[in-house]
Amino acid sequence: MARNLREYPFPGRAENSQKRAVLTKCMDALSDVKGLNDSLSVEVDDLSELDRQILVEKHLISPELSQVEEGSGIVLSEDRNCCIMINEEDHLRIQVLRPGLDFGSVWKVADALDTGIESAISYAYDGELGFLTACPTNLGTGMRASAMMHLPGLVMSKNMDKVINAVNQLGIAVRGLFGEGSDANGSIFQISNQQTLGESETAIIDRLDSTLNNIVRQENFAREKLLQDDGVRLTDKMSRAIGNLKTCYLIQSSEAMDCLSLVRLASDFGMLPDKYRNLADRMFIEVQPGHVQLSAGKPVDAGFRDSLRADLLRKEFLRTPQIDPSPSAG
Amino acid sequence: MKCHHCDNQATVHLTQILNGQMHKMDLCESCAQEKGVTNPENLSIGNLMEQDGAAEDSISGSMVCETCGTTHQDFKKGGRLGCEACYHVFRPVLDPLLDGMHAGVRHQGKIPAGSKSRVDFEQSIELVRKDLQHAVEREDFEKAAELRDKLQDMENDAKTIA
Repeated sequence: MARNLREYPFPGRAENSQKRAVLTKCMDALSDVKGLNDSLSVEVDDLSELDRQILVEKHLISPELSQVEEGSGIVLSEDRNCCIMINEEDHLRIQVLRPGLDFGSVWKVADALDTGIESAISYAYDGELGFLTACPTNLGTGMRASAMMHLPGLVMSKNMDKVINAVNQLGIAVRGLFGEGSDANGSIFQISNQQTLGESETAIIDRLDSTLNNIVRQENFAREKLLQDDGVRLTDKMSRAIGNLKTCYLIQSSEAMDCLSLVRLASDFGMLPDKYRNLADRMFIEVQPGHVQLSAGKPVDAGFRDSLRADLLRKEFLRTPQIDPSPSAG
Repeated sequence: MKCHHCDNQATVHLTQILNGQMHKMDLCESCAQEKGVTNPENLSIGNLMEQDGAAEDSISGSMVCETCGTTHQDFKKGGRLGCEACYHVFRPVLDPLLDGMHAGVRHQGKIPAGSKSRVDFEQSIELVRKDLQHAVEREDFEKAAELRDKLQDMENDAKTIA
């Protein structure tokens, strides 16, 4: 949720002294909010470039915030499920992250956090236009509900463009793994509401929810069809992906993610044990450039990263069994 | 289908409603990216406004927010406003954009507890304003004068609340 304080210019227009005043005010207010007890508060300029990259790869902060030079901060709840960015495009960006598609309960947490913050801070708000934001595309509720979805069936059956066009008509946006402008490596997409004004938060969530359920149905249909029409080719792809992960000595993050996507798919089909879905999910993050450097304990160049990434994947997938081409699950 | 800006194959099909009129545009991937269209959150409103013609410029060219210094040109270029006061200053150019951008033009969501009294008050001012308009329309000038005085008092009170 995007929020701004009354009587201060939005971050893009603020002097450093004003940004600093907003940062202090927000940090003070957030420290008293229920749900943020024992949270971690840090100023972005106190973080190394690698630390910032790690936070971006964990989806806790935006690439934009990681580039900000002065007067910005992060407040991260103890359970790492809530992260608040201060002085990104707006004074406050309140984020709540959860696995699954239960937007109702995520909204309850976000709403309570927002109400808690608002008891200490007066928001820029207009009775007609709602919460005022730097960009009018976020005006009104200031809320974006977003789901991260793995859609290899729609990508492989070349139906993803159709889905994107269709959901765009419903005011819903589709982006790559890291949001704005990022690639859809590993067939992972972020799907979120595009419109924020003119509907209540719950109406936005309901609309998104029904769209996402529809996408899940389309994805399942596409997977079944791929298996029925050319199961051998699909099995070959998944099996080769495992082979790659077990034997590679140099691998870029995009190739690694595409292989991990196929491992996850094989696990969804019941062709691999469930634990490989969890392993793939963990590896999606750990193969990112920042995380590879974090494991190395120092910044390393891209070529050496490819080698370190391959070492990690070979080790993790060493004991992966052959896939079972007669799936036990749909 | 060819791209609107070059001869490449169009893969991005944009439909927008501006000033109540539907505009369609087909773009190739690179032109779409250049215009920020593939990136809805970052969509450059500026580019869209430029497409909407120069007529708008003549009325809005001199607009500037005295609170933060944001000019209409800044807004056109970056698509961002500078402060809450900008929403009043740029409202004439903003309204048609909001109409095409969102599901509606009135906030339907959460009202912050601290603003509830202010919002209620603004809504009651709006009701008196409508009553006044109706009184004038039916030429009930005595009632209109009474409502005009009441409205003035309420607007003065609103300034102290804001």
